[in-house]
Formats: sequence, C-alpha cells, structure tokens
Amino acid sequence: MLFELERVRASRGGAEVLHDVSLALPEGSTCIAGSSGSGKSTLLRLLNRLAEPDSGRVAYRGRELASLEVLALRREVALVPQLPALLPGTIADNVGFGPGLVDRDVEVAVLLDLAGLPTAFAERDADRLSTGEQQRVMLARALALEPRVLLLDEPTSALDERTRDHVEETLKELRRRLGISLVLVTHDFAQAERLAERVVRLEGGRAIVADPGPERTSVSTPPAVR
Amino acid sequence: MTPALDIGFAEVGAALGLVAVAVLVSLWQRMRLEGDIAVAVARSFVQLTAVGFVIQLVFEQDDLLLVVALIAGMAVFGAFTARRRAASVPVAFAPLLVALLLAGAATLGLLVALGVFSAEPRYLVPLGGMVVGNSMTAAAVALSRLGDEVTGSWREIEATLALGATAGQAIRPILRRSLRSGVIPLIDSTKTTGVIFFPGIMVGLLVAGAAPLDAVRLQLIILYMLLGSVTISSVTAVMLAQRSFFTPAHQLREVAARVAT
Ligand SMILES: Nc1ncnc2c1ncn2[C@@H]1O[C@H](COP(=O)(O)OP(=O)(O)O)[C@@H](O)[C@H]1O
Ligand SMILES: [Mg+2]
Repeated sequence: MLFELERVRASRGGAEVLHDVSLALPEGSTCIAGSSGSGKSTLLRLLNRLAEPDSGRVAYRGRELASLEVLALRREVALVPQLPALLPGTIADNVGFGPGLVDRDVEVAVLLDLAGLPTAFAERDADRLSTGEQQRVMLARALALEPRVLLLDEPTSALDERTRDHVEETLKELRRRLGISLVLVTHDFAQAERLAERVVRLEGGRAIVADPGPERTSVSTPPAVR
Repeated sequence: MTPALDIGFAEVGAALGLVAVAVLVSLWQRMRLEGDIAVAVARSFVQLTAVGFVIQLVFEQDDLLLVVALIAGMAVFGAFTARRRAASVPVAFAPLLVALLLAGAATLGLLVALGVFSAEPRYLVPLGGMVVGNSMTAAAVALSRLGDEVTGSWREIEATLALGATAGQAIRPILRRSLRSGVIPLIDSTKTTGVIFFPGIMVGLLVAGAAPLDAVRLQLIILYMLLGSVTISSVTAVMLAQRSFFTPAHQLREVAARVAT
C-alpha cells in the first residue's frame, strides 16, 4: 500500500479538521475530492509530514512516517502546494533548488518540458509569470526531485478551462511516462473522475469512500466512486 | 573631571512646565494622551531616581562583581521587555537574554581589553546601560520583524520545506531582512549624527563643561561601540530564535502559519 491512514485526527488553527480518518491509498492515481474547507489540504500535508496528526497512524509503503528520514521522505513524496510560492530568482533557479540541496544537477529544459512549459522560460524571472505558468513551474520544481509520488493540491483551481485541460493532459502524461503515483486533491468532482483511478470523498473531515476497489491500470477506467 | 553640576529638584520641577504645555495641547486637541503623559513623567522620575541611587551605591562599593550583576540585571529586564514586542516569536526570551549578555560582554570586554576605558564602575555602568538598551531595541526590532516575515511568508517557507529543505534553509531568505531591520536604524542615525541631531552623551558632556573635541571623541567611541553591539545582539537573537518556528521534524509550527490566513 502506498499510504495507509489509521484513525487519523488532525487540527488546523486549533480546531480539529480531520476526524478519525482511515484510508488506504494504493499505487497509481488517487483523487481526494471534497468541497472547500473539508480538510483536503490538511490531509495532503500529513502525507509528506509537513504537518503531524494529533493522533492515529500514517504509513508510507508499510512504514510509519515518523520512522522515516523526513527530508528524504519529502524528496520521494513531493508536494505541489495549492498556491504557487516561487523563490526569488529565475525559473531555472527554482527548478534546480531542490536537487541543489543534495548537490545534484538537473536538466531544466527536460523538466520544463515535462511540466508543459517552453524551455525558453528557464532564464525568466520567477515573479514575471501568469498563475498558470507559476503552477507549472511548481510542478517542474517538484518533478526535479525525481519523486516516486506526487502530491498535488488543487493543481488547476486557479486556472481557466483551457489551461486546466492542458495541466490534466500533462498529469496523465507524467503518469504514463514516469510511472509516478499521484495523490491529487480537488474540489472538482468531474476532474477527479477524469484523472483518477480511484476517488476518495472527503466531507467535513471524514472520508466517505475509502474503498480502493480492484487494482486498475488504465487512467481511462471509471473511478470507483460510490 | 568636569565641574560638578548644581541641579536640584527645583530645576527638575521647572522642566515640568514644558510637560504642562504638552498636557494642555493634548486636552485642547483631544489627543487623549494626558494619562499617558502623566504615567511617562511619573515612571521616568521614579525609575531614573531609583537607578541614580543604585548607580551611586555601585560607584561607592567599587566592586566589579556588583557591576556585572547590575548589567546582567539590566539584560534580564531588557530581554523581558523586548519579548513582549516580539510576541509572534514562539521562544524569544532566552535568545534575547543571551543576545544582550553577549553584546554587553563582547563590547565592554573589547573596550577594556583595548585600553579605551579602564575597568571601573564609573565607565562600565553607564556604557553597559547604553549597550544593553540599544541592543535590546535592535534585537526586539529584528525579532518582531522575523515573526512578521515568517507569518507573512509561511507559504514560501512550507513550499521550500516540501522540496526537502531543512528548517534553516527554508528560513534563510527571511533572516537577512530581519537582521537588516534591526541594525539599519542605528546606521542611519549614525550617518546623520551631528548634522540633524546631537547625540545625548555629547550634549551631556558639553553641558557639564567638557571641551568640545573631548566630547566628540567620546561620542564617536560610543557610536562605534553601539554599532558593534546592536549587530551582535540582532544576529544572536535572530539565530537563536529562528529554530523555535519549527518542530524538530522541519515542520513550520502552526502558531506562525495561523495568524496569516
Ligand atoms: N492556516 C490556517 N489557520 C487556521 N485554520 C485553517 C488554516 N488552514 C485551513 N484552516 C481551516 O481548516 C479547515 C480545513 O482546511 P483545508 O484542509 O485547507 O481544507 P480544504 O483544502 O479542503 O479546502 C478549514 O475550516 C479552514 O478554515
Ligand atoms: Mg485546500
């Protein structure tokens, strides 16, 4: 199992946001769909240990998260946050930042291409991009870590329909080409069905559907929503 | 030594005449500051008089241990005061205390070691007070700025942590701005000193009858000393306090994140 959550409770701003969530997320692509404020971002931040649950257990590939080296975990399980937050500097600086921390070089052009950006963007200033472009740089920056799992927090919520479709295509493509597992959070149930092999619904901090269903391989298979 | 000044409480009382003007203006313009002015006048009178007696005692005892105790006491009080100004920093008291003690010890130690002043209470006490006071202001500004910056940039910090950065790496871009804000006010006032304002020591010496160039030389020593000490205290306070925004697992603590949303 990629991730297992057992009786997880988590708080945000002093109030409990996730109430007793138990979930099993297998390899592949899973969407966590729920309305705004239902606790999706809170849940996602638990998976790479940006936040700690109040109680309960979170495991990654059978191992308790707390027992793993946290920085290595975050490189292996890369999170793309809900709102773009780029570092000052060029786009190449941003893409190279994570690998630079472990003295690894990156092919910026390849990563920009993977994220659906023109390679000419590399030398552009990070603060001179549209929101959609920033989202893609955030994606390229996460991919630069060569992760095995990508956690995406509403990657298209700030985008218009056409850009959204592009990003969705990019994500499917990534899944096909790199075999990366995806955990994608969205408030858009239609998007969840388009993108995911499995959909988990989150409502008021409780997981409504946690049945992983039979293992599926094709992205186009209808998700197991009940 | 300079000729003794003859200032009694009658002269101090006369200066209150100007405070009366301030109170009248406050009443006239409905500034509602009369209460604050009264408190400020009363507190400054009580505090300075008390300090005067303490200093007199320390001078009479002529014991360096007492001097060290007095300066350490000022550092504790200063850290306590500054902590309230840096309320958004999870752990501020200990970093501030270490910063003030270090700035005081380093600056005074250096001046004595270089033979600029001899290690006597009548030099160490007033200089120690200035060093601790200025260091406190600078460290408080730097820490409160640090708290604001962390609160305002929590998304960037978390996004950087998510790339596998350590807490220290994630907060580094912010440290520079906080440190600058602690030291810049003194640099600016040092730049304009003598042109736009006369610093207190020099005024004091001139009033007490010192030769102008003597007054200037002492003032310069003190300005340079303060530049060193505010830098030491800002750096120390910020470096020691930064970790308190994070858990040991390189997670940004919620106190910082919450205020922003
Ligand atoms: N930084 C924060 N400080 C305080 N409360 C927060 C913060 N972030 C989220 N919350 C609250 O926690 C709840 C869940 O938030 P979140 O997990 O971000 O939901 P979602 O991502 O599903 O919209 C919401 O009620 C939200 O108001
Ligand atoms: Mg969210």
